[in-house]
Amino acid sequence: MMVNSRTQQFLSAFERFQQKSATTPEWLKNLRRTAIDSFVQLGLPTTRHEDWRYTSVEPIASTNFAAANGEAKLLRAEDLYGPSFTDPAYNRIVFVNGVFCPQFSSIRELPAGVQAKNLSAVLTANDSSLRPHLTQNSVSREQPFVALNTAFAAEGAFISIPKGLALDEPIYLVFCSFGSGNPVMSHPRNLIVFEAGSQARIVEAYIGLGDQPTLTNVVTEVVGGAGSVIDHYRLQNESSSGYLIAALEADVGRDCSFTAHSVTLNGALIRNDIHVLLNGEGSECVLNGLYLLADKQHVDNHTEIEHAKPRATSQELYKGILSGAAHAVFNGKILVHKDAQKTDARQTNKNLLLSEHAVVNTKPQLEIHADDVKCSHGSTIGQLDKDALFYLRSRGLDRAEAQSLLSYAFASDLVGRVRIAPLRARLDDYLLTKFKRSQS
Amino acid sequence: MLEIRNLRATVGEQEILRGINLSVGAGEVHGIMGPNGSGKSTLAHVLSGRENYRVTDGEILYNGKNLLEMSPEERAREGIFLAFQYPVEIPGVSTTYFLKAALNAVRKHQGLDELDAMEFLSLIKDKMKLVEMDQALLNRPLNEGFSGGEKKRNEILQMAVMDPKLAILDETDSGLDIDALRIVAGGVNALRKKDRAMIVITHYQRLLNYIVPDYIHVLYDGRIVKSGTKELALELEVKGYDWIKAEAAAAQ
Repeated sequence: MMVNSRTQQFLSAFERFQQKSATTPEWLKNLRRTAIDSFVQLGLPTTRHEDWRYTSVEPIASTNFAAANGEAKLLRAEDLYGPSFTDPAYNRIVFVNGVFCPQFSSIRELPAGVQAKNLSAVLTANDSSLRPHLTQNSVSREQPFVALNTAFAAEGAFISIPKGLALDEPIYLVFCSFGSGNPVMSHPRNLIVFEAGSQARIVEAYIGLGDQPTLTNVVTEVVGGAGSVIDHYRLQNESSSGYLIAALEADVGRDCSFTAHSVTLNGALIRNDIHVLLNGEGSECVLNGLYLLADKQHVDNHTEIEHAKPRATSQELYKGILSGAAHAVFNGKILVHKDAQKTDARQTNKNLLLSEHAVVNTKPQLEIHADDVKCSHGSTIGQLDKDALFYLRSRGLDRAEAQSLLSYAFASDLVGRVRIAPLRARLDDYLLTKFKRSQS
Repeated sequence: MLEIRNLRATVGEQEILRGINLSVGAGEVHGIMGPNGSGKSTLAHVLSGRENYRVTDGEILYNGKNLLEMSPEERAREGIFLAFQYPVEIPGVSTTYFLKAALNAVRKHQGLDELDAMEFLSLIKDKMKLVEMDQALLNRPLNEGFSGGEKKRNEILQMAVMDPKLAILDETDSGLDIDALRIVAGGVNALRKKDRAMIVITHYQRLLNYIVPDYIHVLYDGRIVKSGTKELALELEVKGYDWIKAEAAAAQ
């Protein structure tokens, strides 16, 4: 097998990781071994790969990342609240550099049957019912970072909502990358299972602390049982030297409603891969995305909605605001299978450029094999409306204030879609002050 | 309060204002009328500091200061208010939020304390009555989906809140039915006071039936060709603009 220098550091890290995991069950060891082989074979993507055409992972390839080494000891719980938009009252499971931190976590009085814990407890148990969810992706979809994640599958969040239960309180999963002393990487693996007719809101918050580069390579799998209502959030607030590769795989059953919000606020390089399989009749998918980029930040949103069964709907709205020399990529694929008649799929991507050095590459990708479907897509790249700017200035707001208010206005409909009131309020405040700060 | 001297301005290559002279004192209401394309709206835009209008000659003094050196926001903070002919729709920002931000920017400039949410609310509730505006409208995105009348009432409401020294009303009557016109004019009249000047720009005389000006000026081909009192408006209503054009041609 060819091992090139770009994959070598991950392979070495893997060997150390396997040696440490003495008690790991055999099936998991084998799964990891298969996954690392697959990763080495695929290699780190380059811009010659169509899916990575506009996103170079060179900064990741050229950094030497170590595994977590007790960095959590240097943190206090308070360090995590601000950046993750949480507070002590929230149900939360916290990981620092991929390692579960019970001292920062708090799960209070969940209804009977709800599980919220570290995935490692599930992996080492003898329950084989969850294994299919872990093995599916790593093998079938040829994504190097998913394979790499699977090779290191150990810790992460496991959430399970039992049949028919509607959970009132949201659960926050906080992943803190803490680059203290040297660059560090982690590969959290999350599994969220909604049984039939259940309902819950789950927030994944990715935050970055410290001045060293960090790599977080996460995979979250969501299983949506028939008729379940899923409201999933991803808040990405990495450090300015944080790299985040985030995959979200959702398998959505009959009449299930799946909503995923992706909010990107900070980070050096962020790649999101969302794949939603609408695998039941009448299922529904809503993807909301908001990305705010400044300086040389780079965010690549790849989404794929796969309509596999009839009468499913999907609605996607992604909006971005770019300043400085930021670069955003949006690639929205809609795949409609032959049997997925009466599909209704809509996709919109809108970009607001505040600087002439910012770049957007946006591309819809429709692949339709059924004949009775409604599919639409549209994308825009524009600047602030001059008439609106003048209107605000003529009332006494200076140029920076007017720009920040209009930028805020551009993002506000997506903020309005957040269905957790405290999160919506915090995000609202954050946006108002962020724009003021960035333009003053 | 306002002195315009020999003002010339171009848009692109074309000279629109060709030597305007106008003097407006505190407490006065001046009506500016004129046929389409005479330069009325250009004058309003130049006064408010809009880009794309290039002043090539002349000067504008506002309370002794050179107005042309001031940015649009400085003019607003110094007490100039333009009621737009076409108010802009801004999705995502409520009228209340916007107006509070604007008022506080002006108050800050004037060395006054910024109003908090409660103080602002009580102020705006008071001013809303002037233009018979509904509170629900104020919580909606600014001008978005507003009818023509609602937009113009919103302009006058903003004027009432901003409490300007000089208000410029640019074709505030355009697109209004008679009921909306009465409400808007009523609001404007209530805002007349001895230390506030107003310039009311209109194509039609009917607005000036409701807002009776102290002086009327007729703008034609980039110049003020005739000035008078309210009787001039009636004369224009009866005779149209043709005689003005003929007189202007004869004078050249």
